[in-house]
Amino acid sequence: MTMATAPTSGETVSRRAAMAVLAQAPAADIEHGLDRVGTFAFNELRPTETGLVMLRGRIGSDGAPFNVGEASVTRAAVQLETGEIGFSYVLGRDAKKARLAALCDALWQSQPHRTAIEQYVLAPLRDAQQRQQALKRAQTAATRVDFFTLVRGEDD
Amino acid sequence: MYVAVKGGERAIENAHALLADARRGERAVPEISLQQIDNQLALGVDRVMCEGSLYDRELAALAIKQARGDMIEAIFLLRAYRTTLPRFGASEPIETGAMDIRRRISATFKDLPGGQVLGPTFDYTHRLLDHTLAQESDVASAATAPVDDTPYRSVADLLGDNGLIERAAPQEGQGADVGDLTREPLSFPAGRDLRLQNLARGDEGFLLSLAYSTQRGYGRNHPFAGEIRFGEVEVEFFAEEVGFAVPLGTVFMTECQMVNQFTGGDTTAPCFTRGYGLAFGQSERKALAMALVDRALRARELGEETDAPAQDEEFVLSHSDNVQATGFVEHLKLPHYVDFQAELGLLRKLRAEFFERNGESETPMQDAAE
Repeated sequence: MTMATAPTSGETVSRRAAMAVLAQAPAADIEHGLDRVGTFAFNELRPTETGLVMLRGRIGSDGAPFNVGEASVTRAAVQLETGEIGFSYVLGRDAKKARLAALCDALWQSQPHRTAIEQYVLAPLRDAQQRQQALKRAQTAATRVDFFTLVRGEDD
Repeated sequence: MYVAVKGGERAIENAHALLADARRGERAVPEISLQQIDNQLALGVDRVMCEGSLYDRELAALAIKQARGDMIEAIFLLRAYRTTLPRFGASEPIETGAMDIRRRISATFKDLPGGQVLGPTFDYTHRLLDHTLAQESDVASAATAPVDDTPYRSVADLLGDNGLIERAAPQEGQGADVGDLTREPLSFPAGRDLRLQNLARGDEGFLLSLAYSTQRGYGRNHPFAGEIRFGEVEVEFFAEEVGFAVPLGTVFMTECQMVNQFTGGDTTAPCFTRGYGLAFGQSERKALAMALVDRALRARELGEETDAPAQDEEFVLSHSDNVQATGFVEHLKLPHYVDFQAELGLLRKLRAEFFERNGESETPMQDAAE
C-alpha cells in the first residue's frame, strides 16, 4: 500500500477494518447480525454492480507493480434517510452481500448505530474469522519441519 | 480466405443437445455440484482461474463443469466471460510479505526466520494410488500445533541484507504506467511487467516445458528455489468516492522467488540474480515454471547469450497463451472447403506440368469428394 492511499486517521482505520471484516463474511451472516440491529430504510445511490478489478503484484515482491489477472468485484453505494453514505467493494458477484456491506458501512458512520453495528454485526463476524484463521494457522504450524543436514564421510 | 458455409443448423443443434447429454452422463449417477468441484478439485479451479486470468472460484468451477473437465475449454469460457464485465480499476499492489502463510519452504536455507511449513502438499508422498479414496472416505481433521508468531521473512530479504542478491529497481511509475496486455497488444521488446503478466496467464504445460529446457541446458541459469510461499493475501482497491484503499477481501496466491547465478562486474559487486513467479491459488508448478522463464527472459538485460528458446522473448510470449493457441490450432476443424479447392486446383496444374515435361499423360480421374 502506498502512503497516499493508506488511511491515516483513527476513524478511517477503524472504518477500513470494519470493511475488511464485512468483505470476508458470507451475506447470510451479515444479514443475521443486521437483523438484531434493526430495520433501516435506505436508497441505492447507484445500481449495485459487478465488475472487475485488475489485481497487481510487485516484480520480485518488492519491485514495480505488474498485472497478475483480474478478480470479480461487486460494489454498492447506499444512503440512509439520515444522510450517511455507505460504500462497499467486495470480491465476488454477490449483490446482496455488497448491499448489506454498504448498509453496514453507512450505519457504522452514523453515531447512534455504530455501537450496535460493532456489537451485533462486526464482533460475531470477527470472532468467527479469527477462530477460522487460528485453526488454519495451527494446522499449518503442525507441518513445520526442522531439516537437518547429516555429515557423511570424513574430512582428512 | 473464409467463405460462409450454410446449412447444418439442425445437426449443430442436435450435436449440442448430445453434448449436454454426454456432459450429464449416466443419470443414475448424482450430478456434480459447483461446491464439490471448488472443494474437491480445488487445484483444477486454481489453474482455470490462473490461466483464465479471473479470480472467481465459483465461475471457474462452473467453467470446469460446463467444459466436462477440459481445462483449456474452461479457461476459454472464463476469458470470454471476463470481456462482458466493466473494469473498476486496478488494485493496490498485493503485499505477499504480509501473506497469511499456509505453506512456505526454502531449498536454499534450512533455518530461516519463521521456519518452513509444508502445508497441504504432494511433496514427500509416495505417488501410490490410494484405493481407500475409491469409496467415500472418513477423513480425520488435520493435526494442530502451537503457532510461532515469528514473521516469515523472505529469503530475498535475508540475502539482500548482505548485498548477496540483486534488489528491486527503484520503484518507478507507481500504478500509472503499468503495462496491460489486455488493453494494448504486446510489442517487442516487452518490459518485465508485461512479460510477467503474459507468463501469469500463460499455459502451465508450455511454461513447464520451457522451464525444463533451461534446466537441461538450453539457457541454463543455475536456479535454486529460494522460497515458495502459498497463502491468503488481502486485496485493496483505491476507490475515489470512498477516499482510501478499500479492502476487497482475500485471495489465495502462490509466489516463487528463484535465486539464480550471478551478475555484477566492473561497477557492481557480484550477486545472485532473481526470477519471479506469482500465480492465483495453490499453483506451485506454475509459479516455479514462471520464475524460471522470467529469469530466462532477462538474459539480454543481464548481458547473457540469448540463443535458447526460453530466452527468446518473442517466441515465448507469442506462444504462451493457450486460448490463442487453441483458437488457431482448433480452427483447422472448421470448413476450409474453398481454400482446399484452390490448393487442389494448384496441385492439379503442377502435376499436369510435371507429366507434360516427362512426356507422360495422367489418367484424369474425378475426385470422389467433388
